[in-house]
Amino acid sequence: MKILVSFKRVSDAASQDGGQFVINPFDEIAIEEALRIRERGEAAEIVGMTIGTSVVDEQVRAALAMGLDRAIRVDDSRALDPYAVARIFLAVVRQERPQVVILGKQAVDDDANQVGQMLAGLLNWPQATFVSKVEFLNGNQRVRCTRETDRGLEVIVVNLPAVITTDLRLNEPRYVSLPGLMKARRHPIEVLSCAQLGVGVQPRTTIVSTRPAARRSGGVRVESVQDLVARLRQQEKVL
Amino acid sequence: MIQSLVIIEHDGQRVMRGSLSAITLAHQLGGSYALLVIGNGIAAVAESARAFGAASVFVIDDLGLLEPLADRYATIIAEVAQRIGASNIVGTSSTYTKDILPRVAALLDAAMLSDVTAVEIKDGVTLCQRPICAGSQVATVKIEGNVRVLTARSTAFAVPSLNCQTCPVEQIPVDAASLPNGTQFISREQRTSTRPDVTEARVVVAGGRPLKDRETFERLIGGLADALGGAIGATRAAVDAGLASNDCQIGQTGKTVAPELYIAVGVSGAVQHAAGIKDSKIIVAINRDPEAAIFQMATYGLVGDLYEIIPRLMAAVRS
Repeated sequence: MKILVSFKRVSDAASQDGGQFVINPFDEIAIEEALRIRERGEAAEIVGMTIGTSVVDEQVRAALAMGLDRAIRVDDSRALDPYAVARIFLAVVRQERPQVVILGKQAVDDDANQVGQMLAGLLNWPQATFVSKVEFLNGNQRVRCTRETDRGLEVIVVNLPAVITTDLRLNEPRYVSLPGLMKARRHPIEVLSCAQLGVGVQPRTTIVSTRPAARRSGGVRVESVQDLVARLRQQEKVL
Repeated sequence: MIQSLVIIEHDGQRVMRGSLSAITLAHQLGGSYALLVIGNGIAAVAESARAFGAASVFVIDDLGLLEPLADRYATIIAEVAQRIGASNIVGTSSTYTKDILPRVAALLDAAMLSDVTAVEIKDGVTLCQRPICAGSQVATVKIEGNVRVLTARSTAFAVPSLNCQTCPVEQIPVDAASLPNGTQFISREQRTSTRPDVTEARVVVAGGRPLKDRETFERLIGGLADALGGAIGATRAAVDAGLASNDCQIGQTGKTVAPELYIAVGVSGAVQHAAGIKDSKIIVAINRDPEAAIFQMATYGLVGDLYEIIPRLMAAVRS
């Protein structure tokens, strides 16, 4: 079985100035899950795909160091929206012909949570989103997935080929070893253009402007439970 | 001509109150709108949706639609949207719409914006506001194309009030045999709690990692929630540690809430959690660490040991 995983370079939430970049945490979980599936002997090859200019190669190397067999970077410098990304991934899927595509459920920069579902729709494949457990059945013909939904955990079985998107509790990604990172530096990165893939996409959503969100300001420190309850009762009338 | 098709979420018994926020978004987009209810045995659900000012309530009721499987539901929604020529397909942000609507967008060759908090039509161009980067920024986004898919953040759009005029309910027949068949529903964890859902409650009591085990969490957080008739919420760390079930998680990757009263117990106030609570009317923070970030956004802060404070708070609330 062949697995295709996607990953996005995002600003690291831990670095407050946003100056550091990492693999989107949900995509790291996608890569980790693919590695575990391969380690169980259920997959033979894991191919990673990403989109961006050569600055993204830093994250491609990190993904290779985690254990990808191959990595594809679609060279594109535009600010793409989820639908454009899904269309590009569709072209990569058609070229690579994986049985499973695993993506993070959302990128922590735009928080859109769309690409996996759009890709599944374009492919007309079943989808299992927000997945916290993956189990292949019947000699890799079907996959049983536990999904985290607002109504609680849900279990579905989807026929392969299928698209899976990862939730936080699917796994804990491994740390990249220094020797792994050294080895990944020499690993070739397959760079493709949209033209080579035969996709002509234009983003249809454009960020016109951004502004800092209104911040709540800290209020009153109360000294006791009695004081708190009195204020909530008399001033705020919420009790 | 129906401008917007609004997807109504339900649990088979009743409409999810939060999903009605999308009606307000549809109203703001202008033109008339229809509601779409999909499921099985949902006559009562459809009936309850008749008084929200829609032109029509469309119902698709079939045994093969008992569970909201994305491949089937998306196919149906896309077909209905095309048939009525809707320009906007609208839902309220939830795991239900997050699962289904991007797939609808792909089937309609349409762009999508999720978690929209405000909308404005300027010279025929649709401009939406939505939070990005865990809610630290608000982006104004232009969306192009003849068809758009939008989800509303429920905390940003009020639930519409009931109209005294009701609209017709129209059954739309479906050929279930022609729908995608690659997904099989197995089970859903049964919620045993009688507490309100965290996104619908007037009061939410949320706990963090300092609650030492599931029993303690239930006794203190659950106990205080019950004393207030509220719901329980949790941070990601608390859910990861197994203190609360995953559907309680509030924040960037969980649920967004805006109750009248939010009580954060042993919650540090990381940006990811703050993203999910910042529209709450009153935030009360109870934390041992006077420097915890949560105090910078709390209406009222109380520094101290939660094991002492919560039992006293429960007693005071009950008195």
